[in-house]
Amino acid sequence: MTTFKTKVGRRAFIRNISVAGGGMMIGFNWLASCNTSPQKIKELPKEWFEINGFLKIGDNGLVTIQSPNPEIGQNVKTSMPMLVAEELDTNWDQVIVEQAPLDVSKYKWQVAGGSRSISSSWEPLRMAGATARQMLLTAAAAEWQVPVAELTTDSGIISHAASGKTAHYGQMAAAAAQLEVPETVTLKEIKDYKIIGHSKKNVDGHKIVTGQPLFGLDTYKDGMRTAMIIHAPAFGKTLKSMNSEAVANMPGIEAVFPMSVYSDDEPQSSFDTAAFNRMAVIVGRSTWEVLQAKKALQAEWENSPERNISQRLFGRSSTKKYPAGLENTSDHNALMASFDFGDKRLKIFRKDGDPKKAFAQAAKVIERTYTAPFRAHNTLEPMNFYADVTNEKVFVLGPVQTPEWTESSLSRRLGVPKEKIDVHLTRMGGGFGRRLYGHFVTEAALISKQIKAPVKLVYTREDDMTFGTYRPTYSLKYRAALDIENNMTALHVVGVGIPEKALYENRFPAGTIDHFLAEGWEGDSNITTGAYRAPRSNFAASAEQSFLDEVAEAAGKDPIDFRLALLERAQINPVGERNDYDAERMAGVLQLVKEKSGWGSPGTENLKRGVAVYFCHNSYVANVVDLEMNGKTPVINDVYVAVDCGIVVNPDAATNLAEGGTVDGIGNALYGQMTFVAGVPQQDNFDRYRLIRHHESPKNIHVDFVKSDIAPTGMGEPPLPPVQAALANAIYSATGKRVYHQPFINELIA
Amino acid sequence: MAIFNLQINGRAYEVDVTPDTPMLWVLRDHLQLVGTKYGCGIAQCGACTIHLNGTATRACQLQVSMVGNAEITTIEGISEHGDHPVQKAWIEEDVPQCGYCQSGQIMTAVSLLNANPNPTDAEIENGMSGNICRCGTYTRIKKAVKRAAQS
Repeated sequence: MTTFKTKVGRRAFIRNISVAGGGMMIGFNWLASCNTSPQKIKELPKEWFEINGFLKIGDNGLVTIQSPNPEIGQNVKTSMPMLVAEELDTNWDQVIVEQAPLDVSKYKWQVAGGSRSISSSWEPLRMAGATARQMLLTAAAAEWQVPVAELTTDSGIISHAASGKTAHYGQMAAAAAQLEVPETVTLKEIKDYKIIGHSKKNVDGHKIVTGQPLFGLDTYKDGMRTAMIIHAPAFGKTLKSMNSEAVANMPGIEAVFPMSVYSDDEPQSSFDTAAFNRMAVIVGRSTWEVLQAKKALQAEWENSPERNISQRLFGRSSTKKYPAGLENTSDHNALMASFDFGDKRLKIFRKDGDPKKAFAQAAKVIERTYTAPFRAHNTLEPMNFYADVTNEKVFVLGPVQTPEWTESSLSRRLGVPKEKIDVHLTRMGGGFGRRLYGHFVTEAALISKQIKAPVKLVYTREDDMTFGTYRPTYSLKYRAALDIENNMTALHVVGVGIPEKALYENRFPAGTIDHFLAEGWEGDSNITTGAYRAPRSNFAASAEQSFLDEVAEAAGKDPIDFRLALLERAQINPVGERNDYDAERMAGVLQLVKEKSGWGSPGTENLKRGVAVYFCHNSYVANVVDLEMNGKTPVINDVYVAVDCGIVVNPDAATNLAEGGTVDGIGNALYGQMTFVAGVPQQDNFDRYRLIRHHESPKNIHVDFVKSDIAPTGMGEPPLPPVQAALANAIYSATGKRVYHQPFINELIA
Repeated sequence: MAIFNLQINGRAYEVDVTPDTPMLWVLRDHLQLVGTKYGCGIAQCGACTIHLNGTATRACQLQVSMVGNAEITTIEGISEHGDHPVQKAWIEEDVPQCGYCQSGQIMTAVSLLNANPNPTDAEIENGMSGNICRCGTYTRIKKAVKRAAQS
């Protein structure tokens, strides 16, 4: 056993007296979640005792655990409470999970982003459970007049072996709630885990399959109005004027007005998105009536001037430039294609050895360019939020991945102190990074303030897709030098993008090659972009792992052996000071996927397969994709996924995420694209934006985890990037033709 | 505006709406049966799938005036206690990630199994292809449909 100081997240353990006790279930009923088998919980307790900010215990032994982080489908609402329940040593069937509201006094990093929910809460959530258990033991020892060291717990029962006394947690909760939080606490050994590492079903599963209200769009409250926005039809345009009178008298319409979401003169957060800052708003009593008015509204739009907006986040200030003009995808592509190796506009990000000399001496040089378009997140639940702004209070409720930063933005824009703002979270119908950008919360609040009534802002699918915070458009150009013995002696990479590049100069294969040069360039755009599931990695992996496949082929080496040899070099004799990956763990997932897919073993000779490996967000994933071609369309039979994310908290849910990331990666690589003509998004709904469907998805996905004692890392993002390259490499295996430009379907049917 | 009498999940409802209002918004805005989801509004995603006289139908394309006496079933009405074999299979396979599309997936699966109690893999893949799952839970959906078929 190891003793830990409880300093991590300690402020969360201080009881909030105003919430404690009273036998009340706090929060809205649709925010509370029961175990997936609600019938197992016979009755609610008469009284709850708050032990700390994460949990309260009922007099009958039931435990309510607050899940602090936003739930976007990554399953933290189940897996985070599992960490608490493990160290509390209670029975999972006795646990009720509630979605916590934003509360910076109790919780840290209430963000769904960067695949950090589990890793950042690994210590505090176990501490919350362990300190509560310790307090229950202390209370029992006092009541029974026995030494606390003689007490044991199991599944919510405290026992004293010598006297034969037992009590369930509920019997000691009242006394425990009066105790001080212990200064140190003992955490379990991994081998003693009964909940962590044991699959638990989604706590919202029953509500999901019975259609109960869970999501932001499901919010209906007394007196609530429905609002929609009308934004400019093109990036680079803004609202000039609108004819409100024409629609103000339509049935069910209550208000029509222009709105400026942010003030361009005020600093914004990097997560405020103001592409269409000046927009039209229609408010009415029902969705269908507002939709009719939305169609009928006449508005005039004008070109936006160049805007330079000062942004602040995490204490850093920067200026975000939105140039004037109406942009075209064809111009973006031409601009990115104009960068050759060594272009004077490029900035050097890393240089090892003497790449120029190495290329001059090369026996063979391979040069390839990879590109990818803008992509829309397309969460299936469109953006929406509920707001009720009065003189006394700002109440907002809905799906947002960044409640804390959104609260800051609200406070600034409304001129209301944070203490008067309540941010509540619903389950989200997908995130993928789109809901990091909470402009729609500010919009809803401004609308509520204007109409002096509670309102639910609803984006149509078209609003959602054409007002994106898109994945940027990227190009990566590689060249590799091979010597006479087919060793890769030099690698040169040029990463350009609009408005950001996808270049990780310190990730694999940096550190494995003596002569390495990484250069990059970023262009401005007025098309709003943002984080998209595995930002930058979602393209970098596809390009890099496709290119290495070609280098391996040119060198006459097996693609897995080729990568393993590079990783061995990185372990034994790395090049450079800074290499941001663990070569041993990366090799580990590659070896695991080799074993599980039977790569190179008898009987696999005729399979059309491709491999890839990537590291991002602190986790390692390798894939093998097996496919066959049906005419020009790939039929994906099997995908093998090997993952190293440290300790796997909830194995079946982690497997689900790996499967989902695999499908998402394949779908986006094959079909996903947003294009623009004169600033106008050319895709506005699922008839023109192609998402992968059931029959196009892999028939089987085989997920395996590296057994590990390392603290857990993220699963939301890492499974997406490498599978795109494994797919591209498998397509080559099946067709003899390489694909370089996403979406691959364009090259396949060309 | 006009009065419409509707039969939904074995109950009678009366709504006062314009005749062109899609059932999607009648269910959600007027009856607070929110299990039927809005995803695209153009019959592309399947999140709003309901049953019209037992046939899977896109509620976003079904105007209230076209319903007449037809019996409507929504996700809330396929079982009393959430224990329809398809719902149970969804829980057993722990299908959902975000969960938003799943009521539509379940409604399509129930309809598929009613028409074809023992579908092949290919029949499931094609039969479910009108329902988008943005999280990519398709392999689990297939397993759940097969599990429900066997129960």
